[in-house]
Amino acid sequence: MMDGTNQFGDAQTGEQKIRNFNINFGPQHPAAHGVLRLVLELDGEIVDRCDPHIGLLHRGTEKLMESRTYLQNLPYFDRLDYVAPMNQEHAWCLAIEKLTGVEVPRRASLIRVLFCEIGRVLNHLLNVTTQAMDVGALTPPLWGFEEREKLMIFYERACGARLHAAYFRPGGVHQDLPADLLDDIDAWADAFPAVLDDIDGLLTENRIFKQRNCDIGVVTEEEIQQWGFSGVMVRGSGLAWDLRRAQPYECYDEFDFRIPVGKNGDCYDRYLVRMEEMRQSVSIIRQAIAKLKMPENKGDVLARGKITPPPRGEMKTSMEALIHHFKLYTEGFRVPEGEVYAAVEAPKGEFGVYLVADGTNRPYRAKLRAPGYLHLQAMDHVASGHQLADVAAIIGTMDIVFGEVDR
Amino acid sequence: MSQALKELGGLIAAKRADCVVTWSVAHGELTVEVAPANIRGLVDFLKTEPTCRFTSLVDITAVDHPERAKRFDVVYHFLSMYQNHRIRLKAAVREDESVPSIVSVHPSANWFEREVFDMFGILFSGHPDLRRILTDYGFRGYPLRKDFPTTGYTEVRYDEAQKRVVYEPVSLVQEYRQFDFMSPWEGAHYVLPGDEKTDEAK
Repeated sequence: MMDGTNQFGDAQTGEQKIRNFNINFGPQHPAAHGVLRLVLELDGEIVDRCDPHIGLLHRGTEKLMESRTYLQNLPYFDRLDYVAPMNQEHAWCLAIEKLTGVEVPRRASLIRVLFCEIGRVLNHLLNVTTQAMDVGALTPPLWGFEEREKLMIFYERACGARLHAAYFRPGGVHQDLPADLLDDIDAWADAFPAVLDDIDGLLTENRIFKQRNCDIGVVTEEEIQQWGFSGVMVRGSGLAWDLRRAQPYECYDEFDFRIPVGKNGDCYDRYLVRMEEMRQSVSIIRQAIAKLKMPENKGDVLARGKITPPPRGEMKTSMEALIHHFKLYTEGFRVPEGEVYAAVEAPKGEFGVYLVADGTNRPYRAKLRAPGYLHLQAMDHVASGHQLADVAAIIGTMDIVFGEVDR
Repeated sequence: MSQALKELGGLIAAKRADCVVTWSVAHGELTVEVAPANIRGLVDFLKTEPTCRFTSLVDITAVDHPERAKRFDVVYHFLSMYQNHRIRLKAAVREDESVPSIVSVHPSANWFEREVFDMFGILFSGHPDLRRILTDYGFRGYPLRKDFPTTGYTEVRYDEAQKRVVYEPVSLVQEYRQFDFMSPWEGAHYVLPGDEKTDEAK
């Protein structure tokens, strides 16, 4: 045999003995999107096996949540996927509202949709542009981050914080929007498609970008089911699965939007899906603003009751309201016994909360189901057989953020 | 919606009477309690049965109830993108009992089962690679059990003299306090500071 196998046991020099090479990718690697350690087994340039070591950002959120009240737990959700914080809060609020049976006021519901879509644009801007950086382009992140900055200022004007919002509350949103914020978001929504076209022009037909992304990390319909993918990882392969459409929550069923799908299920199609989703989100933002400006949609933003604070003015004049306010922020509200699973279509996929309540003011158990956890799990399956340089492109397209993977 | 779920629950209970203990629909969600020994067969049935087609695994987790004889509830969530419905399976297991792994049916169960093992110490028989996943290398104990303290047992710091990271038992400057803020007139099961004197006075 002349194929290099040493079947006769001849003596071999060091150069003839071929063995696979193990390298550590991360935990400190700019393309790892955080603290990811991949143990890669390489056969030359080809990845043979990929073992992700996660948990370097594990903060024990689920354990901490068991000793805090429902309201105190809310800010933990901003710290999961810190790229689009309000979408996570939304799942927690929906879970509590499902158990307590609270009806969210119309205006609060519209505000939630508005800010969820802003979160989606925030996330996709970061993902699309940094993935371009992972495969060698430097300009897109600079352009994308400028728009992110504008959006985070909208966050700040609504709730006072650029990232850790704590704006969605069980029963509504914390406060109504300031007077001119809607006009400013509307003006931004008019200008933003031009910026998207610029990024589009930089990347979509870019030869290097296409070489690095086309036919890389192809995912089929069967693999989606096997590995439990959700979000863009599903839509990039041609399945029009979107929780906003399939299992509508909040008031998404009133909005007119389309679900973009890819054809080939590779990294490039997922990039295209993300770009189109941003355009759809801008359309939803416009519709939400138009609805919020209608006179019949003015009103309170919190379902006033046991789980929400009284209006500020009432608290200053009424003794009962003052007691209620004090009790709510010290003891917290109680959630009736039961268990629910509430899921939202977060920008990265299906983000869910499994909440077990025992009737006290604290959750008995809360499990956070992050989409990135399942996507990263399939890394070994998707990356095997690819080149080492493609690993960065695949991590980028899976949209991994360690805040939610490690919890 | 919940009428369809009731029909589905009845169908599963009728077809797989050996697996299903009870089933219920609450808050618009179908929950089926199953015997842990039969979990793999049932999951496979749910995946292939045309009216179910629960082909994608959403989540596996556990809930610790230390006061029960069967201490843990292992909870599975499944989703069918084709039939557009969800299901929750619950299996009660004792502390010394192991659960059959469903990795052979759903490869995505791999990390979920590792996480449950890491956090609760529940063993999954037939799992290809049952290592810890989220906690530190060389970690001991099962953090999400109710008897594990929130502070943990060890703490980590960089030692300037030894020029390396050292692990030490946790030393708290002040005792860790669990605030529960429950009203002392209803529900609080503890003696308020100073109240212990009322018995002495009698």
